[in-house]
Amino acid sequence: MPEQLIRHGHLEADPWQRVDPAADAASSTLPDGPILLPASFWLAHRDTLRQRVGTIGVSLAPTFRVEDLVPDLRLLPLIAVEFPKFTDGRGYSTARLLRERYNYSGELRAVGDIGRDQLFFLRRAGFDAFLIPESRDANDALLGLADYPGAYQAAVGQRLPHFRRRFG
Amino acid sequence: MYHYDDFDRKMIAARVKVFRNQTERFLAGKLGEDEFRPLRLKNGLYIQRHGPMLRIAIPYGQLSSQQMRTLASITRDFDRGVGHFTTRQNLQLNWVKLPEAPDILERLASVDMHAIQTSGNCIRNITTDPFAGVAADEIADPRPWAEILRQWSTFHPEFEYLPRKFKVAFNGAREDRAVLHAYDLAFQLVTNEAGELGFTVYAGGGLGRTPLLAQKIRDFLPWPHLLTYSEAVVRVYNRYGRRDNVWKARIKILVKALGGAEFARQVEEEWAHLKDGPQTLTAEEVARVSAYFAPPPYERLENEDLSAVKVDNPAFARWLSRNVKPHRVAGYAVVVLTLKQAGCAPGDATTEQMEAAAQFADRFSFGEIRTMHEQNLVLADVPQRELFSLWQEARRAGLANATHGLLTDMIVCPGGDFCSLANAKSIPIAKAIQERFDELDYLFDIGDLALNISGCMNSCGHHHLGNIGILGVDKHGEEWYQITLGGTQGNATRYGEVIGRSFAAAEVPEVVERLIATYLALRHEGETFNETLARLGLEPFRATAYAKDPVNAAAADQELIDA
Repeated sequence: MPEQLIRHGHLEADPWQRVDPAADAASSTLPDGPILLPASFWLAHRDTLRQRVGTIGVSLAPTFRVEDLVPDLRLLPLIAVEFPKFTDGRGYSTARLLRERYNYSGELRAVGDIGRDQLFFLRRAGFDAFLIPESRDANDALLGLADYPGAYQAAVGQRLPHFRRRFG
Repeated sequence: MYHYDDFDRKMIAARVKVFRNQTERFLAGKLGEDEFRPLRLKNGLYIQRHGPMLRIAIPYGQLSSQQMRTLASITRDFDRGVGHFTTRQNLQLNWVKLPEAPDILERLASVDMHAIQTSGNCIRNITTDPFAGVAADEIADPRPWAEILRQWSTFHPEFEYLPRKFKVAFNGAREDRAVLHAYDLAFQLVTNEAGELGFTVYAGGGLGRTPLLAQKIRDFLPWPHLLTYSEAVVRVYNRYGRRDNVWKARIKILVKALGGAEFARQVEEEWAHLKDGPQTLTAEEVARVSAYFAPPPYERLENEDLSAVKVDNPAFARWLSRNVKPHRVAGYAVVVLTLKQAGCAPGDATTEQMEAAAQFADRFSFGEIRTMHEQNLVLADVPQRELFSLWQEARRAGLANATHGLLTDMIVCPGGDFCSLANAKSIPIAKAIQERFDELDYLFDIGDLALNISGCMNSCGHHHLGNIGILGVDKHGEEWYQITLGGTQGNATRYGEVIGRSFAAAEVPEVVERLIATYLALRHEGETFNETLARLGLEPFRATAYAKDPVNAAAADQELIDA
């Protein structure tokens, strides 16, 4: 089975094409249609890429400092955060910062080594889309979203911590 | 103690279900070993030498008698009739079977217990002073704060996959009984000049192969900000802690690399965004949680005069002098039940001992028990008039060795007999030392002495904090033991210094005896081991430890000093 996209709680076709041009490549050779580029490429070519706003999303490596992208957030309909290994949890902080501090409202997608056992947490960190790798079962992964009946902490989608809701 | 409500129960019930599903997927081959490992670790399940080991959380060391009975039943039904109380106030079972682990979690959940985040690279069980709520030197009870932070750290949406494990401790008394400086993040309760309650915050401490003392990162954090500030600390760590090298991944390495002041500045910068946000604590919530830790319904009692009983019964008098601590309420006492019987692994309790402790708690101490990081149990609220009965029964149960704080009250990790991380065995070394120091008069003459043994650099036996520390090391596939001197816990926490080349297992008891003989020969009246060491330095101890003839060497040193 190829990679499968879970978006807003169900499986969807993925219109985005991942493109990984060399850093020094010209932006004029990029394919048409919605494309996902490394954030470093976006930052290097942002002035020419701005002409295609709406069809460009960026992908963040775990070490990418999200602060560097803040001026461009309203230009980016999709931000993908990479999880080369599911045990590398930096992307959770990246997601919360994007949503809670920088008010990013586009699609926030977790990409990489993720599956059923991460989805509940990823969603609370602010991800609304998950690209499930070939090696995992996306239907099974969907079940992970319902692993817990609630949460103690405030997070994305739950502005108040449990203790502030406990007293009604 | 804290009582779960429906929501708390639903959360741990969900965890049992999640873990059962993960275990089933693993056993069915749908989840690879590499994928399963971090998930099972988050439920305290290690794969050890003999099979899985399960570490059960005892949040800040607090247990009800009912919970202790359930733990006892688990050791009987799923293990070999013994449990090991750890230096992190938890309980470890060494003989569980993986397919039964979900059933154990289910039984734990029936008494509001779990193994959540007792291992893995996440926020671990929170620890505190075992005398919380009853100590005379207490500024404020640390347990409500530990419970509030426990809830915040449970299934945290951002901090499930930190660079490395993350341990938090609270201390509420003037004397630090929670080893704050050895923790990743530590809170000392304090009041400011206006009389408001808050915390002095420390970060970046830890033992292991790079032992570092935590640095102060904030003088005073007002209590409403406990969660938002903690979130800032852990976020800075999650983002910038090293992930390229497992030995450099603890927060202590980040704090050391940045310097305490720069780390604190980064935390403040992050916190500025979170401060006063929705996770700011409310007085209502703090009152709700604190109510569970209100003092039990003490009787109005007078302090007992036990001098007559003591004269008749010197063994009881000894136990009183070592294992019974003053209580803040008249007529009550705090009792340490020692898990350090000769011939047993330190910290181990049999099913029967656990049941006995539960019964003592019901009869003598309002149904509650605490665990200590020194691997003993505590009954915190015992009427003094019951002390003699309790002592007699505890003696029958093998829980009344009158050795608390003495040399044989060792802190010892399970070591190479069980743990797959260990370089060397620690339990046989402990037993050999126990045998050599089995003379109570001699132990009492030596007085307060902390001897700690770890089977490897991970330092679960807190060897750095021992006045005498023993560390198992691997030399070409053989087990050797390195000795450190001068470590201590408490307000003047410091780590011990290595005295020199390591020793073979068979040499260790003799070396410990020489070190002690040197201390006894050289001490001034009333001086502790560390005080003598501080006055004279390592040299006389080193000389006798490596000497061919210890007695002469000590005498020679004495002559040198006298000269």
